[in-house]
Amino acid sequence: MATAAFVSVSPFATSTPRSSPSISHLSPPRTIKFPTFYSNFLNDLSTTVSHAPSRAAIILPRATATPSYAVSSSTVFHGFCYVVGDNIDTDQIIPAEYLTLVPSNPSEYEKLGSHALVGLPSSYSTRFVESNEMKTKYSIIIAGDNFGCGSSREHAPVALGASGAVAVVAESYARIFFRNSVATGEIYPLESEIRICDECKTGDVVTIELADSRLINHTRGKEYKLKPIGDAGPVIQAGGIFAYARKTGMIPSHAQ
Amino acid sequence: MAASTAALTSTSFLSNKKDSDLAAFSSSLPFSFRRCERTVSKKICSVMAPQQSERKPSATGSVKTAMTMTEKIFAKASQKTQLSPGENVWVNVDVLMTHDVCGPGSIGIFKKEFGEDAKIWDREKVVIIPDHYIFTSDERANRNVDILRDFSKEQNIKYFYDIKDLSDFRVNPDYKGVCHVALAQEGHCRPGEVLLGTDSHTCTAGAFGQFASGIGNTDAGFVLGTGKSLLKVPPTLRFVMDGEMPDYLLAKDLILQIIGEISVSGATYKAMEFLGTTVESLTMEERMTLCNMVVEAGGKNGVIPPDSTTFKYLEGKTSKAYEPVYSDENARFLSEYRFDVSKLEPVVAKPHSPDNRALARECKDVKIDRVYVGSCTGGKTEDFLALAKVFLAAGRKVKVPTFIVPATQKVWMDLYSIPVPGAGGKTCSQIFEEAGCDTPASPGCAACLGGPRDTYARMNEPQVCVSTTNRNFPGRMGHKEGQIYLASPYTAAASALTGYVTDPREFLQ
Repeated sequence: MATAAFVSVSPFATSTPRSSPSISHLSPPRTIKFPTFYSNFLNDLSTTVSHAPSRAAIILPRATATPSYAVSSSTVFHGFCYVVGDNIDTDQIIPAEYLTLVPSNPSEYEKLGSHALVGLPSSYSTRFVESNEMKTKYSIIIAGDNFGCGSSREHAPVALGASGAVAVVAESYARIFFRNSVATGEIYPLESEIRICDECKTGDVVTIELADSRLINHTRGKEYKLKPIGDAGPVIQAGGIFAYARKTGMIPSHAQ
Repeated sequence: MAASTAALTSTSFLSNKKDSDLAAFSSSLPFSFRRCERTVSKKICSVMAPQQSERKPSATGSVKTAMTMTEKIFAKASQKTQLSPGENVWVNVDVLMTHDVCGPGSIGIFKKEFGEDAKIWDREKVVIIPDHYIFTSDERANRNVDILRDFSKEQNIKYFYDIKDLSDFRVNPDYKGVCHVALAQEGHCRPGEVLLGTDSHTCTAGAFGQFASGIGNTDAGFVLGTGKSLLKVPPTLRFVMDGEMPDYLLAKDLILQIIGEISVSGATYKAMEFLGTTVESLTMEERMTLCNMVVEAGGKNGVIPPDSTTFKYLEGKTSKAYEPVYSDENARFLSEYRFDVSKLEPVVAKPHSPDNRALARECKDVKIDRVYVGSCTGGKTEDFLALAKVFLAAGRKVKVPTFIVPATQKVWMDLYSIPVPGAGGKTCSQIFEEAGCDTPASPGCAACLGGPRDTYARMNEPQVCVSTTNRNFPGRMGHKEGQIYLASPYTAAASALTGYVTDPREFLQ
């Protein structure tokens, strides 16, 4: 079923303008044949697991137990959530004074993470990353409408990913932020069916089950439906478009 | 979702009379919301007039599928005969622009993915413009310009607008300044082409009738290696602006009006096409202002049909042949907005969102601490001529510090050389000096986006600023508690003269 889903979900199918547009942004082109890479994904689960210690979330792969699930959607994230409102722009995610840090430079990547969401106004009394820390204790960000609006700086999803966060659950995203999140594989940009940022509080314990497109708030005993991440899921899980393209044979596996 | 946002917006527009701004606005009826021949979302249908009976292309005997400008540019760039919104296509990129903030990261990804010795796809199609953090002692910022220089040299990149001597920008003849203005001035913007840039305001170039949009480092790294990008064809929102533009309005008022109408996410994933007699009357620089801020509505790109104004601007700037494209008469638009520009008033965007629209006169009690005139949005030659016009009409001095940051070296030179109409031969720089403004600074992005602590005119205190820039989110110009009112150069000038947010009609009529 999952294999079928991968092959048959057509990125070219007409969709409503907002429901899943960006997902197919990064979908493979029509001319490229899909190899049967599904089993590769199973083998590559170790990649995900090995990332876990550096991330704030506990990532639980379950695909091996239920091979009928797509691996990309079998991941579970569990941890504390950090809640923000509408129109959180990239200046609030990573203020412009830190843009001199180059994301592709490993030590500067770490520093970007330590400044994640430091641009939020002082009305946010709890910091996302403590001032003397490099990582956040919040693995999941819950937001309102239009998360990541503003500049095209890739530093924004990178800062969130580098801080140790694994997913954002927002009502909607600005286009470039969504695309950059998928292209880098830094963070899962998930969409909620309804507005949940008003019902969750920073510090609540939450679980995201990608397979079921579900978020559970354990602190408040509530469950919320998420919109399926679709074709973007495997790209993020692979670690971005280049890693995905190599894995699926779209481009040669190593740089010359 | 975005479609439903549009629906909600228009609903509130029709019903929400308690909002004084909207009530004042709707009483003069400068705006109407008309249903297009076909729409994608049923939600929109519920708030729009019934469908008009128009002949469908299929009924005319023509086999050609009608397309919008944006769809045609995508079709051409992907070598397809026809395309519809929602289709994903690999497009050939005509120009890739990057700068000192995102260039080093894009180069890092290019090298990692394509190899240390890899060559970029076309040394003449990559344009590298240092502009963000130039006149700073920040070592990393300086290093980032060095990375651009080394890469440009290694790859033999034809268009790299370098700066080496930071003490005086004038001794760097190659240095331009703000990338979006430099792209136009240096002839890199051409009708019908695809321009991608690692900056969200790359959409500015849509003023030339091309597809122009911002991308991230990873996408840019891919383009550097392949010259291609996988893009989704956006549906188009159409903005028809007719009527004579009052002499107290500028394009900035028009785009703030539109963003206030459709919200900061009203055009997410969509193209915004501007047309009508008012748009036809706008200069290229004003058209650039209009397209510059489509990203503030979430738009993927803005586009304006090229005309004689466009072609005249391009004369002598580019030797490359270009092919203008235009929307077919029966092309499908997601929705159409109409404005009677003659009835609009000067507007501002209040803190902390570009869609927080208010009439300038409604904010007359807002005391301000400073005025900033600059950036890709409001730092072009004509923006400063507009500023000078108000100062000249008032014949008074500014009451708050007023910062002048020309976008590019060319703009800076214009301030010192072009006589302001009606000023008896005086230049902008002379008028600004007489009005008590700060001396025009070195060209660049400067404090529009805060930047390193020592950036010129950075808002290091929680002040109130009227700015001709494009964003007023918390912390945008430096201090998180700073309050930014986005305004046209006219309104900025009037506000500088009074120390309060001020409608420019106080000085222009």
